[in-house]
Amino acid sequence: MTATTTDSRLPPGSRRRRLLAGLYRRSRLQVLLLLAPPVGWFGVVYLGSLALLLVTAFWTFDSATGRVVQHWTLDNFRQLVEQPAFRTIAVRTLIFATAVTVVDALIAFPIAYYMAQVAGPRTRAILFMLCLLPLWASYLVRVYAWRVILAPNGPLDWALQRFGLGPAGLYPSELGAGIVFAYLWLPYMILPLYAGLERVPRSLLEASADLGARNAGTFRRIVLPLVLPALAAGSIFTFSLTLGDYITPGLVSNNQFIGNVVFEQQGVSGNLPLAAAFALVPVGIMAIYLFVARRLGAFEAL
Amino acid sequence: MTRWLLRGATAAVIAFLYTPITIIALYAFNAERIQVWPIRQFSAQWFGSAWDNPSVRDALALSIQVGLLSSVIAVLLGSLAAFAVHRFRFFGREVFSLALVLPIALPGIVTGLALNASARTAGISFSTFTIVLGHATFCIVVVYNNVVARLRRTSRNIEEASMDLGADTWQTFRYITFPVIRTAVLAGGLLAFALSFDEIVVTTFTAGTQETIPIWIFNHLRQANQRPIVNVVALILILLSTIPVYLASRLTTETGTAGRT
Repeated sequence: MTATTTDSRLPPGSRRRRLLAGLYRRSRLQVLLLLAPPVGWFGVVYLGSLALLLVTAFWTFDSATGRVVQHWTLDNFRQLVEQPAFRTIAVRTLIFATAVTVVDALIAFPIAYYMAQVAGPRTRAILFMLCLLPLWASYLVRVYAWRVILAPNGPLDWALQRFGLGPAGLYPSELGAGIVFAYLWLPYMILPLYAGLERVPRSLLEASADLGARNAGTFRRIVLPLVLPALAAGSIFTFSLTLGDYITPGLVSNNQFIGNVVFEQQGVSGNLPLAAAFALVPVGIMAIYLFVARRLGAFEAL
Repeated sequence: MTRWLLRGATAAVIAFLYTPITIIALYAFNAERIQVWPIRQFSAQWFGSAWDNPSVRDALALSIQVGLLSSVIAVLLGSLAAFAVHRFRFFGREVFSLALVLPIALPGIVTGLALNASARTAGISFSTFTIVLGHATFCIVVVYNNVVARLRRTSRNIEEASMDLGADTWQTFRYITFPVIRTAVLAGGLLAFALSFDEIVVTTFTAGTQETIPIWIFNHLRQANQRPIVNVVALILILLSTIPVYLASRLTTETGTAGRT
C-alpha cells in the first residue's frame, strides 16, 4: 500500500514517532488537544452569550438616551408580569404551542402507524425520506407558500369555490398561523413517533386482539403507553419551535407572539434588557417541559 | 378496512406536506406579473430577471460564503468534539454533549438574541463575521452527530491492528481512521451547509443590514412587484437546501443520521 511506501522512509525512532508515541501514552493531553477548540468556541461564543443574555435581563434600559445601563434591577420582569399586553402575548404563545402539539400528534399518528406497522420496507423507506425532506426544504419558503395559499383569491379560496364554498378568510388570522405552525413542525412529530411505533412488537397487538380487545382498547392499553416516550420526544420539538417563532405570526397573522416582542424590543426600541427578560420566558417554560419529558422517558426515544 | 383508512390518511399527510412546496415551484414559472390561481400561462423568464438582479446576486454570494465558512468551522470543531466524546471519558462529558445540542434545541430567538447581546456588549459591529459566528455554532452539532454515529459503528480493532503492525498515531489516522469516517464528515459538512443556507431566525439578529438569501426573500415578499422574482429565489432556496441533504443521505446510507438533530 501507499502507506508503507511513503512512510517507510521514517526510521522507527524518528522525532515524529517519538512525539506521537509520547502523546499516545498521555491520554489526558490528547483529550485536552481534542477538546480545546470546540470547548473554546462553544464556551466563548455560545455559553458566554447565553450567560450575558441572562445578565442583560437584569440591567436597566435608559429610554432617554436609548442606552443599556449596567444597573441591576428586576423592573424588566415586573413589566412582563404587570403589563396586560405582555401577559396576553405570553399566554397566547403558550396556548398555541400546546394546541399545535396536540394537533400534530393527532395528524402524525396514523401515518407513523402505517409506516411502522403496515407498510413494507420499501414503502417505509420512501415515506421516511418524504417526511424528512420537508424539514430541510427552507422553513421561510414554506411559510411564504402558506401566505400565498391562504391569500384572498389564492389556491385555497379557489379550491373551496369549486366545492361551492365561500372564501376561507384565513389571511391574516390566528387560525391561519396555527395551521402553518402545525404544517411546519409536523415531520418533527411523525419521525420520533414512527421510531417509537416501530419498536412496538406486533405479537403484542395480536395477543391483545386474541384476548378480545377491540382496536380502541388495544390502542389505549397497549400502543399508547408504549409510545408515550416517543410522543413526548416529538412534542419537545413542536412545542419549543412554536414558542420561539416570530416569522410565522408576522407573515400570516396580525397577532404578536413572544418572539415578535423580543425582536421588536431589541431592534426598533433598542430595549435589550426587556427583550432578554422576555426571551427567558420560553427558556424557563422549556426547562420545565424538558424536566417532565425526561420523566416520561423522552430522551431515550430521541 | 382500517388498513385502507391508514393508507388514505398517509396519502393525505404526504399531499399536505408537499402541496405548499409544489405551489411555490409552479408560481416560479408563472408568466404574469400578478399572482392568480390557477396559473394562466407558464414561462421561465423570471429566472433570467432574478439572475440579473444585483441584490439577489449579492445575497446569493453572501449565503454561499457564509455557508462554506460555517460548514468548514463546523466540520473541524464537530469532528474534534466527536472524537473526544467517543474515545475518552472525561469530566463533564455528558454536559458537553448536551451543550452541543442547545443551539438547535433552544428557540432560535434565544440563540439569536444571546449572540446579538454579546456582539453589542463587546462592541463588535454586525458583519459577515457575526453571521458566521452564529451559523457555525448551531452547525457543529450536525457534524458531531454524523461523525459520532460513524465512530460508534466502527470497530477499533482495525486501528489496533494498524498500530500493532507498526504504524504510528498519525499514520493510523491518515490511512485507517480517516477513510472510515470520511463520508460521515462530508455528509455532516453538507448538512451544515444546508442548515446555514436556509437559516433565518438567528441570522436576523446577527446580520445587521446584510442580506442572505432567506433575509432577501423576507425583505421582499411583501412587495407585490417583486413577487415573480421572490418565487424564483424561493424555488432556488428550496433546491439548494435539499440537494445537500439528499447527497448526505446517499453518503451515510443509514437515513437516520441525516436527521436534523
